[in-house]
Amino acid sequence: MTVNEEQTTIGVALEDLMREVEGLQTGGYRLVQIGCTDIGGAYEVNYSFDKGYQFRNLRLTVGPETEVPSISGIYWGAFVYENEMHDLFGIPVAGINIDFKGTFIKTAEKYPFSVTRRGGDRCRNA
Amino acid sequence: MPERIVVPFGPQHPVLPEPIHLDLVLEDETVVEAIPSIGYIHRGLERLIEKREFTEYVYVAERICGICSFMHALCYSQGIEEIMKIEVPDRARYLRTIWSECSRLHSHLLWLGLFADGMGFENLFMRSWQLRESVLDVLEDTTGGRVIQGTCKIGGVRRDIGAEKLAEMHRALDPFEEQCRNLGDVFLNDETVKYRLQDLGVISKDEAYALGAAGPTARGSGVAIDHRETGYAAYGDLGFKPVVETAGDCYARCAVRVKEVYASIDLIRRAISEMPEGPLDVKVKGAPDGEYFSRVEQPRGEVVHYLRGNGTKHLARARIRTSTLANIPPLVKMLPGAQLADVPVVVLSIDPCISCTER
Repeated sequence: MTVNEEQTTIGVALEDLMREVEGLQTGGYRLVQIGCTDIGGAYEVNYSFDKGYQFRNLRLTVGPETEVPSISGIYWGAFVYENEMHDLFGIPVAGINIDFKGTFIKTAEKYPFSVTRRGGDRCRNA
Repeated sequence: MPERIVVPFGPQHPVLPEPIHLDLVLEDETVVEAIPSIGYIHRGLERLIEKREFTEYVYVAERICGICSFMHALCYSQGIEEIMKIEVPDRARYLRTIWSECSRLHSHLLWLGLFADGMGFENLFMRSWQLRESVLDVLEDTTGGRVIQGTCKIGGVRRDIGAEKLAEMHRALDPFEEQCRNLGDVFLNDETVKYRLQDLGVISKDEAYALGAAGPTARGSGVAIDHRETGYAAYGDLGFKPVVETAGDCYARCAVRVKEVYASIDLIRRAISEMPEGPLDVKVKGAPDGEYFSRVEQPRGEVVHYLRGNGTKHLARARIRTSTLANIPPLVKMLPGAQLADVPVVVLSIDPCISCTER
């Protein structure tokens, strides 16, 4: 039997993020991925979840200096995506359960190599 | 209380063809904690989307991994096709399914060989790879490439498989399946293999789901998630049920892969029998404008290609979440309690593909 896949994306404010994620976790959704998109002067962070092939995506838009709370207290496995988000995009993430402090993605370039802000990176984890 | 010591595992290790590192915290010989590190060969392929036109990026996507190369190209192509509302011809969908399942076959046979090698069963390793060679021969005959096929494109496929070749493949499937079942019989029923794998690296169904495990790692714990159920390519026509085991140990993950080898052979057989006639591709006009999370079931599990077009020939963003990245948290939870000598087997049981992870 073929299952129809549905994808929905909803915007979420920073102060509502944890509540929304907790709601999805309580509703039986699994974390699929967290990914960032540079939209020029800001970042979109996509928190993707799935339950029975129903794909729900929470979209958070943050400035380059904005600290984002970790969801690893709700979804333990989120640490891989949140460390990646910090290392590759320079987004500070507060409270990661396993915080590599910028060494998860080991590169020859000083992290975060995709960020070229004047004055350098001001990540909390730096 | 025993003294705790930290033993580094990897990035260079006999069972690891690619570099991943684990800091193993031990009490005597027992693992109490494992901390992973990746990034030794990070290639930045996601950023390459800014330099390549969306039609060219299929080649880059295919090179993310040398094992599930076709499926990366398929996942990317399906994502673009969804954004651009391109209807792929039926014959192309069936050919994509055949090449996808050939990729799964050779990936699982490769893994079974590496796993046998990891447990010290050298003959089983050689027999697994011998069978894998016959799958690679089919891929080479039908696409021109053993590892990188280059046949998937946006809007369809580049090459056809002629009726004569399809008939030859169909005839070869019965003896091949018999050989695979003989091989699988050793993995599933040999007492030494069972003794080595059962009750090792256990992860429960609830844990696997909560940690976001993918592919055989999830299905070995009883989580019936397999994206082929959504019916992409020709899976919707052919019908498909996920292979699921419930024990959640290394043996269960191995059993899922063995049984998926049989399932892939069956899918190829039915795809050949029901192969429709018709064109191989449709012409692609314009440029993608929109976004889509494309998902495909690779041998190691669900892969996600997030694609975002802005109406130009260069996509604004390609973000690829591979199955091994999703399986690192479950691995970290599997290792505590294992003996140091069992760590290589537990690590291999998630079928880690660092090439994929370091896209």
